[in-house]
Amino acid sequence: MSILVNKHSKVIFQGITGSFGSKHAKGCIAYGTQVVGGIVPGRAGETFDPELPGKTPVPMFDTVADAVAATGANVTCIFVPPPFAADAICEAVDAGIELCICITEGIPVLDMVKARAYLEGKKTRLVGPNCPGVITPGETKIGIMPGAIHKPGRVGVVSRSGTLTYEAVGQLTALGIGQSTCVGIGGDPVKGLDFIDVLSLFNEDPDTEAVIMIGEIGGTAEEDAAAWIQANMKKPVAGFIAGTTAPPGKRMGHAGAIIAGGKGTAAAKQAAMREAGIALAPTPSDMGKTLASLLK
Amino acid sequence: MKLHEYQAKQIFARYGVAVPKGKLVLDAQDIESTAKALIAETGNEVVVVKAQIHAGGRGKGGGVKVAKGLVAAVEQANKILGMQLVTKQTGAEGQKVRRLYLEQGLDIARELYLALLVDREKRQVAVIASTEGGMDIEEVAEQHPEKILTTHVDPLIGLAPFQIRQIAFKLGIREKASLASFSKLLTGLYNAFVGEDASLVEVNPLIVTKGGDVVALDGKMTTDDNADFRHKNWADLRDKDEEDPVELEAKEAGLSYVSLEGNIGCLVNGAGLAMATMDIIKSFGGQPANFLDVGGSANKDQVKKAFEMILSSPHVKGIFINIFGGIMQCDIIAEGVVAATKELGLKVPLVVRLEGNNVDKGKKILAESGLAIQPADNMADGAQKIVAAVGR
Repeated sequence: MSILVNKHSKVIFQGITGSFGSKHAKGCIAYGTQVVGGIVPGRAGETFDPELPGKTPVPMFDTVADAVAATGANVTCIFVPPPFAADAICEAVDAGIELCICITEGIPVLDMVKARAYLEGKKTRLVGPNCPGVITPGETKIGIMPGAIHKPGRVGVVSRSGTLTYEAVGQLTALGIGQSTCVGIGGDPVKGLDFIDVLSLFNEDPDTEAVIMIGEIGGTAEEDAAAWIQANMKKPVAGFIAGTTAPPGKRMGHAGAIIAGGKGTAAAKQAAMREAGIALAPTPSDMGKTLASLLK
Repeated sequence: MKLHEYQAKQIFARYGVAVPKGKLVLDAQDIESTAKALIAETGNEVVVVKAQIHAGGRGKGGGVKVAKGLVAAVEQANKILGMQLVTKQTGAEGQKVRRLYLEQGLDIARELYLALLVDREKRQVAVIASTEGGMDIEEVAEQHPEKILTTHVDPLIGLAPFQIRQIAFKLGIREKASLASFSKLLTGLYNAFVGEDASLVEVNPLIVTKGGDVVALDGKMTTDDNADFRHKNWADLRDKDEEDPVELEAKEAGLSYVSLEGNIGCLVNGAGLAMATMDIIKSFGGQPANFLDVGGSANKDQVKKAFEMILSSPHVKGIFINIFGGIMQCDIIAEGVVAATKELGLKVPLVVRLEGNNVDKGKKILAESGLAIQPADNMADGAQKIVAAVGR
């Protein structure tokens, strides 16, 4: 098993014809993901050809609702440009999609505040935005992560970062440790699932035996997660926090990675995580090793 | 993007927020005529002379002076315009005052605090209010958390009148005219926050005048860069003199760059990995010179630009390139690096760690370039090598 996505997930891509979206739709199809449709308003009836041997063209639809009705899609992956991305999320929520994965980086934060409010009480789960997506190795890849570095297994990965997650996964795979599901929750200040949401899913997943969480400066999600882990987590957790050397008041690439008003420092997060019994990797090169030390 | 006080107040005024009357001065020649015009317009001899720089702590640094009468105002203004203003936020070298704001003085009965920001944990806009105006709000939050009132705004309803009343009563604003004045001000601030895609609006102090009016005596506003596509006027509000020239250059090239104090330049793909690269350099005893995320889809020219920025920094004594290609192609990184060194040369040690897409192609380009490159097997190996090469 796994969390959020598996080989049965039926995936649509919102923004499948853009240069970024089409490239990654092809990458996902090549990995074996069931991509059942693409959404491009005004282009219903056309198809998207992944140009891969043995893969058939994907039908396009005007709206998410049409695609869901025609294909039974339950997951969407959004590559829509920032000015329209929050609307694309709301469209997916309205269509009753179970899981919405938003890759788009650069959505205005007040657009996300509204989208989050719209999500309230609905059945859709949102991952991202500004995230690499979700992968259950060997089953399905929904996002922009390099599939080849992953390996099916029993370690859950949850992270605010993209490439730093690949770094962790690469280390795990090199040590022969596979992953159940890897979830990139994204680097924006206002987003969908947070550490605690994903940790609780891993906690209930019988095929996940340990978890690595990778955080970074900004906000207090890691501190909150540490407290939650101490109270609820049945499985060992390893962790790493990026940004020990980051100066306060500077946005470090991600919109959410900023130490503001004395809050969100790496030191505070590391202290909270240590307190909660999380095994902290001393350097980013030790993330795999630290997790390995927790496995029986 | 940070705005100047006078810019924030101009925006506030457009949204119906009461602000003192004021005039901007850019040139010392205009000080006297501007001060004269302000005094004539307000019928008030008291002029507040305020340095316009982005850093906070201007008052304590000597950048804000109250003057009575034209002569005193002109004297203070001449002292402040052009001075190198040092505050707790500028660093020791300070920031040159290029813009000056002359404002009417008001009779202050009470000083309060008001701010709006995005509360990322609650995922809503929050209004922060306190009776402790004019103080460092972080200190108040630490020592007297009970004096801070936080109100969250439902984005689908907006800031409701009952919430505004709650805040007003907590701040001790009960008199009818003041209540109406406060209500208009806070409504305007919220509308400005949403309408202008702000990420922070702060009024410290917010004052109640002896006449009972509620006025934004100070104004601070930061906008959300992600929303610049719907604010064409933001380009005019940007004050390039207030920004780190290297960071500005990077921004214009579509790169994310932050200058640091150390001497090891870093070029990395991805924000998290870029931060982690700085951290690992430090953990092996080195000091990173910068944060640089070339992003996931940089082209050769952007990589070239990024590498040129590192090469041309006088502080850089060694460079560590750390790439884990997810989206990024390693060959594009290699091509950009080689192109940059063709023009600028490579006079410092360079350690390169490449993994991911097209890694063999990338390594081949670097190997054939003839550059003196130390390859690294992984992040730790690379960090140790560059720290050793630069010396602690």
